[in-house]
Amino acid sequence: MRPDLNLLLAGFGGQGLLFGGKVVAYSGLIEGREISWLPSYGPEMRGGTANCSVCISDEPIGSPLVLTPNALIVMNLPSLDKFIDTVVPGGIVIIDSTMISKKVNRSDVSVFYVPATKLCEDNDLKGLANIVLIGKLFKSLAHCSEEALDKAIIKSVPASKKDLIDLNRRALKLGIDFE
Amino acid sequence: MAEKVLMKGNEALAEAAICAGCRHFFGYPITPQTELAAYMAKVMPKIGGTYLQAESEIAAINMVLGASAAGVRAMTSSSSPGISLKSEGISYMAGSDLPGLIINVQRGGPGLGGIQPSQSDYWQATKATGHGDFQILVFAPSTIQEMIDLVFTAFDLGDKYRMPAMILLDGMLGQMMEPVVLPEKGKISLTEKPWAADGHGFKRQHNIINSLYLDPALLERTNIQRFERYAAIKETEQRCEEYCTEDADLVVVAFGASSRICRNAIVAARAQGIKAGILRPITLWPFPTDAILQLAQTAKAFLAVEMSMGQMVEDVKLAVNGAKPVRFYGRTGGIIPSPSEVLEQIKTIAGGM
Repeated sequence: MRPDLNLLLAGFGGQGLLFGGKVVAYSGLIEGREISWLPSYGPEMRGGTANCSVCISDEPIGSPLVLTPNALIVMNLPSLDKFIDTVVPGGIVIIDSTMISKKVNRSDVSVFYVPATKLCEDNDLKGLANIVLIGKLFKSLAHCSEEALDKAIIKSVPASKKDLIDLNRRALKLGIDFE
Repeated sequence: MAEKVLMKGNEALAEAAICAGCRHFFGYPITPQTELAAYMAKVMPKIGGTYLQAESEIAAINMVLGASAAGVRAMTSSSSPGISLKSEGISYMAGSDLPGLIINVQRGGPGLGGIQPSQSDYWQATKATGHGDFQILVFAPSTIQEMIDLVFTAFDLGDKYRMPAMILLDGMLGQMMEPVVLPEKGKISLTEKPWAADGHGFKRQHNIINSLYLDPALLERTNIQRFERYAAIKETEQRCEEYCTEDADLVVVAFGASSRICRNAIVAARAQGIKAGILRPITLWPFPTDAILQLAQTAKAFLAVEMSMGQMVEDVKLAVNGAKPVRFYGRTGGIIPSPSEVLEQIKTIAGGM
């Protein structure tokens, strides 16, 4: 049995965290696993902090609300401060270091600092920092096959915006290749 | 098998209703159910259906009443404060023996309350959705696939028994996405409605749909007949799901979103050697009294867990009828209980058994 993924993505509304969560959820669905995706909703979607819980498991998912993530992706400082202590020991934390300069002082989690927003600006991929961070998540955890992840991108991008598929692929690769 | 797709609860409910032959939706926007109405607004005009954003909730439910009186499948959706406004119309529908689907994606109350998930409309749904002597069918899905399946059941049973049906969920289930398999379109058989007030070209007497009975004797007789139907429904339509209850000393009773949280707690309790199980009511009215009474013979105690100050727990107590202790744990105001909180409750109760 493969390990469960309890992922929390958090940042500002508009950074694409819900979309990023959907890509991860689809990558689990494509491999036939149980999945759930739960957004925070309400006023925080309009500029405040937004977050999204994604569970992938081989067992039916009980609570879809991730309170103790084993993977945390954060894109703003308030979210890092709010959620860093909830990550289970042994978990991973992926930080957009363009947005957050603070360092994590926990030794029981693996922390990756990825300047995702800067990488996107340098590569003409503005607004895809979320996907860069998903690329890093995939590189660190290999929670699914590369093929499933690619299919997940195709599934998640709306049919009317097909030209975004290749941009998402490039962003994903930036995250996978970042050392 | 058809391909699994990811769908939000609210959108899945809308698509399922369309698959179940509903072509008439009347609503008024409110968080956290708005995606349902938005989906209908997008799709209904393309398939020859009606999407109408009414001037108020009261107008919307009365449009459902009118459409249903004409014999078509009609529905509305709202969240807690909006359902309160619709309660008058729901009572009129019940008094007119009209089916119709009402979806309540609950949020915290009372009053305007908040917009986060809640289960505090249990009493309203099961005891008093409006004034007068009546019941409506109430279904409580806990997964998005089950929401889809229960939309069909709610329409079918509503038509069969000529009464309104409600699907009661909460903001968490409405907003979350899970993989679902959508039903095949065009495979429904609709109940004949010879009572409908529709056009017939003067081939029969006019049908009259009405809830006004000024003669007390006639109104009493009508109510008694309606309650005979309710008694038959209580006999045959109770639904629930049990998990790990066969040897359970402690039976948790929870529906909808809180049942999912409790399931995690049960798994954790079992891992610690505590014999706990869960009974999840699928129908809240009729309440699965028979299954609870059955478990009261083997279980040592019950624990009702709700996202409210404790409403369903009263029905659990009525079902257990004093045979075993019934405890309660709940969070309210939009707070979702955590599995570890429920586990603590289970441990405490198990320690005292």
